[in-house]
Amino acid sequence: MPRNEGFEPDRFELFEPPLYRFEITRRHWLESLGAGWLLTCFAQDASGQGRGESVEARIHLGDDGIFTVLSGKVEEGQGPRTELAMAAAEELGVPLERVRVILCDTARTPDDGITAGSRTTPQTVPAVRRAAAAARGWLTAEKRLIENPRLTEPGQWKILGRGHWRIDAREIVTGAHRFPSDIVRDGMLYGCVLRPPAYGARLDAVDVEAAKMAGAAAAVRDGDFAGCAAANSYAARKALEAMAATAKWSGGQNHNSANLFVHLRATAQEKVAPLPGRTHHAEYRTAYIQHAPMEPRAAVAEWQDGKLTVWTGTSNPFSVRNDLARAFGLRPEDVRVIVPDFGGGFGGKHTGEAALEAARLAKAAGRPVKVRWTREEEFRWAYFRPAALIDVEAVLENGKIRAWQFTNYNSGAAGLQTPYAIPDKREKYVPADPPLRQGSYRTLAATANNFAREAFMDELAAAAGADPLDFRLAHLEIDRIRAVLTAAAGKFGWKQRRATRRPPNRGIGLACGTEKNSVVAACVEVEVDPKARTVRLVEIVEAFECGALLNPWNTRSQVEGCILMGLGAVLREEIQFENGRVTNARFSQYRVPRFRDLPEKMEVILLDRKDLPSAGAGETPIIALAPAMAGAVFDATGSRPRSLPFRW
Amino acid sequence: MAVFRFTVNGEAREVDTSPDRPLLEVLREDLQLTGPKFGCGEGQCRACTVLLDGAPALSCITPVRSAAGKRITTIEGLAQGGKLHPVQQAFVEEGAMQCGYCTPGMILRTVALLERTPAPTRAQILEALNGSLCRCNGYPRIVAAVEFAARLRRSAVQAQEGSHAAE
Repeated sequence: MPRNEGFEPDRFELFEPPLYRFEITRRHWLESLGAGWLLTCFAQDASGQGRGESVEARIHLGDDGIFTVLSGKVEEGQGPRTELAMAAAEELGVPLERVRVILCDTARTPDDGITAGSRTTPQTVPAVRRAAAAARGWLTAEKRLIENPRLTEPGQWKILGRGHWRIDAREIVTGAHRFPSDIVRDGMLYGCVLRPPAYGARLDAVDVEAAKMAGAAAAVRDGDFAGCAAANSYAARKALEAMAATAKWSGGQNHNSANLFVHLRATAQEKVAPLPGRTHHAEYRTAYIQHAPMEPRAAVAEWQDGKLTVWTGTSNPFSVRNDLARAFGLRPEDVRVIVPDFGGGFGGKHTGEAALEAARLAKAAGRPVKVRWTREEEFRWAYFRPAALIDVEAVLENGKIRAWQFTNYNSGAAGLQTPYAIPDKREKYVPADPPLRQGSYRTLAATANNFAREAFMDELAAAAGADPLDFRLAHLEIDRIRAVLTAAAGKFGWKQRRATRRPPNRGIGLACGTEKNSVVAACVEVEVDPKARTVRLVEIVEAFECGALLNPWNTRSQVEGCILMGLGAVLREEIQFENGRVTNARFSQYRVPRFRDLPEKMEVILLDRKDLPSAGAGETPIIALAPAMAGAVFDATGSRPRSLPFRW
Repeated sequence: MAVFRFTVNGEAREVDTSPDRPLLEVLREDLQLTGPKFGCGEGQCRACTVLLDGAPALSCITPVRSAAGKRITTIEGLAQGGKLHPVQQAFVEEGAMQCGYCTPGMILRTVALLERTPAPTRAQILEALNGSLCRCNGYPRIVAAVEFAARLRRSAVQAQEGSHAAE
């Protein structure tokens, strides 16, 4: 039986999909695109349940020789704009400079669902490639679409597989790009929203006239929602302060971060019995953290003839469109959501709060309104990465793991399953009552689960008297993980460095893992301050493999970004709350990674597997750092951090 | 309300507004210069960086009154006649951006750093940019871009000196 069965999807799935139908029409479809042909690729519903066809990809073939890809995906820094342009250019056989990309506008682009889960690369890229490959025939003298087009084999790629930076870099460096918070409409007002004193508090009374007296052009209360809009942000804030002074609230939660983990255990929906005969067990914890993208949530809403247009930064535009339609009693087609490339999301912008708020205020004002959250609002009212309480238990016998029980309370099932070969495995996600509003974050619960699993592997290795690398390899049958692990360990010099005495307060550690069909491993060296019990990342070698690399430059940036973002959760990031209210809602109190946190040496190894389908790269590289650093802290101190952020 | 006059990207501008308004909001909302970004409102992330008389300033905590009479440079004023400033060029060529929201502030900080320290060490770069936050954590590429910008800028200066010498 092949070792990797069930792990690596058949690469030919890419080339032998269900049925696709291509349609081409001559029309001035979009004023901005000029004359040309619009190619639409329809896909049969892959489930085969006869739910008909869906639009899979659209490409406009301009008479001026410019090709425009229309995709419902969104750009938040992870790189789809460039990747989709590369995909189209490759299959059209034209230079990258001749391809433009229009990303999500619900009135013009296909519904590609949410931009999340590393799915743009495995799903949208092949769709665009198929449409572009079909269109290639249109560019010949015969002007005939190619039926069942074959995609260019990775070995023949001229544009894909090579490094490209953002195709719109010039707009970014000149300040010309308009992020959602930069959008301006004629007659636009600036809005502010009244926030409750604690989660779950109800608004009993508020005097909206107070805001108007203080200079607001419009003020509205609608249930628990209240807000105002004025000619500029300063005036809107002053008006909001006046209104807030009249507000009366009741109720609200009284949760405290001090008893977070007691609360999660007490409210767990199931009590899991201990693993029979367990020889080792440990409890791991991860704190609530916030995504804190540089651009806070923002939206501009404009009503015209009973129809609504909203510009906003969200990864889930079609869902936000439906939310808006429901909230205002409109048909979805009467709501248009446009998503300008926005300033970071990391899984934190799957909702449309600012869009709803701006639309409500704009309706009250009869003018367009912009709402841009403050940093404090972003920290308090955006959803969080869930805190995790994880029990790991094992039966260790003759240096091997015979049985394994892994229980994640509250944070989720992503990355729950161990990649190690263990005869008896029991893995479970048990929901609990979350004290804060929680949701997605880069690679979901896989970061917490991989931290607990890999840190515990180190504990078992120590108990077995084995080297952490040897112990893992002895349990690891998945070739792709073995490959990244040995690549990272080799480059780092793991064996030699383990055999050599480390300088005082220095330690080394390693970890590996897999998620979303990609694999990662990291080796690190840390320095600890034994008195302050703080740690610094000195060096990291991380190896990553996500199938055939589409854009190695961007992949490298994503890996580096994941490592450093993961470092924040290891070192310091932790949401504190008292009586249902976040108490450290500022960058000065919630310290994200900075330039000074950069390790002295950082090496990223990208393994390019042209024989495997391409997988996304924006998430999985975050999961190896924390457990590798935990192992390194143990190596330096003999104590094991079992929480994020680290405490030992 | 009061009238304030300053030079923005080489142009004389005048605004009649409340003296306490943050310069950032006056630039963005009154003068339609949206290059400087709101990131925190408390001077903790530097996305709002502009140059005031050539020195980096946190426009989100600078009241408009204290900018009166000064020379303000925003990211929009850096390229000259369609030609990118060497620091902008370096950020493009080194791919020093992911979402790009922090980029204007990073670039202006770098411009100011290189005026003061034309050949910064890595340690000096980390020190100068430390308070500038990038949540995509694209710090390694930004450091590479600053190092490249320093080289570009020095060769530009040398070329200029060379042409002066030839005259």
